[in-house]
Amino acid sequence: MEIGLGHYLTVAAILFVTGVFGIFMNRKNIITILMSVELILLSVNINMVAFSAFLGDLVGQVFALFILTVAAAEAAIGLAILVVFFRNRGSIAVDDVNTMKG
Amino acid sequence: MMPDLLSSSLAIAAPELIMSVGAMILLMIGVFMGEKSSQTVTGLSVAVIIIAALWLILVTPTGVAFGGSFVLDPFARFMKILVLVGSAAAVVMSVGFAESERFNRFEFPVLVLLSTTGMMVMVSAGDMIALYLGLELQSLAIYVLAAINRDSVRSTEAGLKYFVLGALSSGMLLYGASMVYGFTGHIEFTQISEVVADSGRSLGLLVGIVFVLAGLAFKISAVPFHMWTPDVYEGAPTPITAFLAGAPKVAAMALITRFTIQGFEPLSGQWQQVIVFISIASMVFGAFAAIGQHNIKRLMAYSSIAHMGYALVGLAAANPEGVRGVLIYMTVYLMMTLGTFAVILAMRRRDGMVEEIDDLAGLSQTNPMMALFLTVMMLSLAGLPPLAGFVAKYFVFMAAVHAGLWPLAIIGVLASVVGLYYYLRLVKVMWFDEPAEAFVPMAIELRAVLWVTGLVVFPAYIFLGGPVFEAAEAAARTFF
Repeated sequence: MEIGLGHYLTVAAILFVTGVFGIFMNRKNIITILMSVELILLSVNINMVAFSAFLGDLVGQVFALFILTVAAAEAAIGLAILVVFFRNRGSIAVDDVNTMKG
Repeated sequence: MMPDLLSSSLAIAAPELIMSVGAMILLMIGVFMGEKSSQTVTGLSVAVIIIAALWLILVTPTGVAFGGSFVLDPFARFMKILVLVGSAAAVVMSVGFAESERFNRFEFPVLVLLSTTGMMVMVSAGDMIALYLGLELQSLAIYVLAAINRDSVRSTEAGLKYFVLGALSSGMLLYGASMVYGFTGHIEFTQISEVVADSGRSLGLLVGIVFVLAGLAFKISAVPFHMWTPDVYEGAPTPITAFLAGAPKVAAMALITRFTIQGFEPLSGQWQQVIVFISIASMVFGAFAAIGQHNIKRLMAYSSIAHMGYALVGLAAANPEGVRGVLIYMTVYLMMTLGTFAVILAMRRRDGMVEEIDDLAGLSQTNPMMALFLTVMMLSLAGLPPLAGFVAKYFVFMAAVHAGLWPLAIIGVLASVVGLYYYLRLVKVMWFDEPAEAFVPMAIELRAVLWVTGLVVFPAYIFLGGPVFEAAEAAARTFF
């Protein structure tokens, strides 16, 4: 069986949905949320590279490199905020992020 | 050939370069001088913003830079000036707060500068890479700003919530961008528009548009992506709330306008439905959810959700009149927000800041000037004539009516009647309730911001309105 564009898009879509569910269904730990965010961004990268190869156009791969770079910065800032939050609250459970209602 | 291209590109991007180089220099000053430098850095950062704004108005040529990634057209110029005004006012308003709350962080003005640079890139984005990079530069700086009060649970929780939901929204935006790229083969808005006009819609393209709009709707806090707004507004230190209620909303609204109108004008029948839905949902939700609030920052959060809904009414019309309405609405919204936050920042007693609505009781007797200005702001936010807020609403609703969107305009008017209730409640508390303990006198910079915005909202807009109106008209024409 030939592996075509559709297969790559399906894998990326499954990863994306897994990431979104990881953010909403998870009631335990904020680290899991950070992992889910990475999963979402990587699924986008699969999409980008697959389209780029399929279209024979390099722009998609350039875009994927930018996404990788920004994802690293985003993870660093996310972890930094998480550490500061942990110092104040003494916990990183999702259920403890509730000082303000809403 | 190559150096030529570079120098002309750099001339077009010069205001952004001034901002980013300025931010780096100020960061160095802060690092080497330590905590005591925060006053200096704050003053210099306002100077950098003013230089960038003057350079943008007087020197920078209109044109396309970096092979189409970066565009400076009349629309971008208009929105960038708004963004710079919003940021400069937010930095100025933080001075008194920094003194009295011992909030001496030189990082605050530096992060505001970086975030503003991101917003300017967003406004000028000509393709989706620039869109994404601008958006992330803006958001990453604001995540840190929201959590800048490191020792406060509420501030760090606000930062954490904003980060998690913001990261999700940029993931959705990127997924949409990848679909748009895959199904059109281009990332530049003008080229996308040509391909779309030739080949029409496909399912993948529609999925892409919806995902990108969802990501952008999050940034302007439109329903159903508004969950973060009240908590972040309440938890973040007040000067930061004043910042993120103004400039970032303007920049994100510019981005959503450019994406829909410049990129997907031929498909307007498709995305219009999405915009109409989030517009109605925001107006109605903002009006009803604000009624039960007793914290004034939370109230302003719901108020801003509703106002983004009104601005989107103009975008839903998808014609030059509608875009002009959006531009005027964002101008007036920025003025009203800055004025209201100048009052909120002045709500201070001897033992510290207060932010409950009941703390405003009897303000007309203890501080009549502040009460008068806040009343003008509230009535303008509610959209009562003859204040500027009414004119702004009039333009967006008329654009919707002319585009045949009667139901949208009627729902908008009804929602603003409901909204009137909670704005008037504030006015009633100020003028008819028993006076509470008086606030300490208002700081000079807050007074300046309040006078300027108050006079713009009424009556100076009648005289200033002409040139702003013409500029908005010219800006709206760039897309059609």
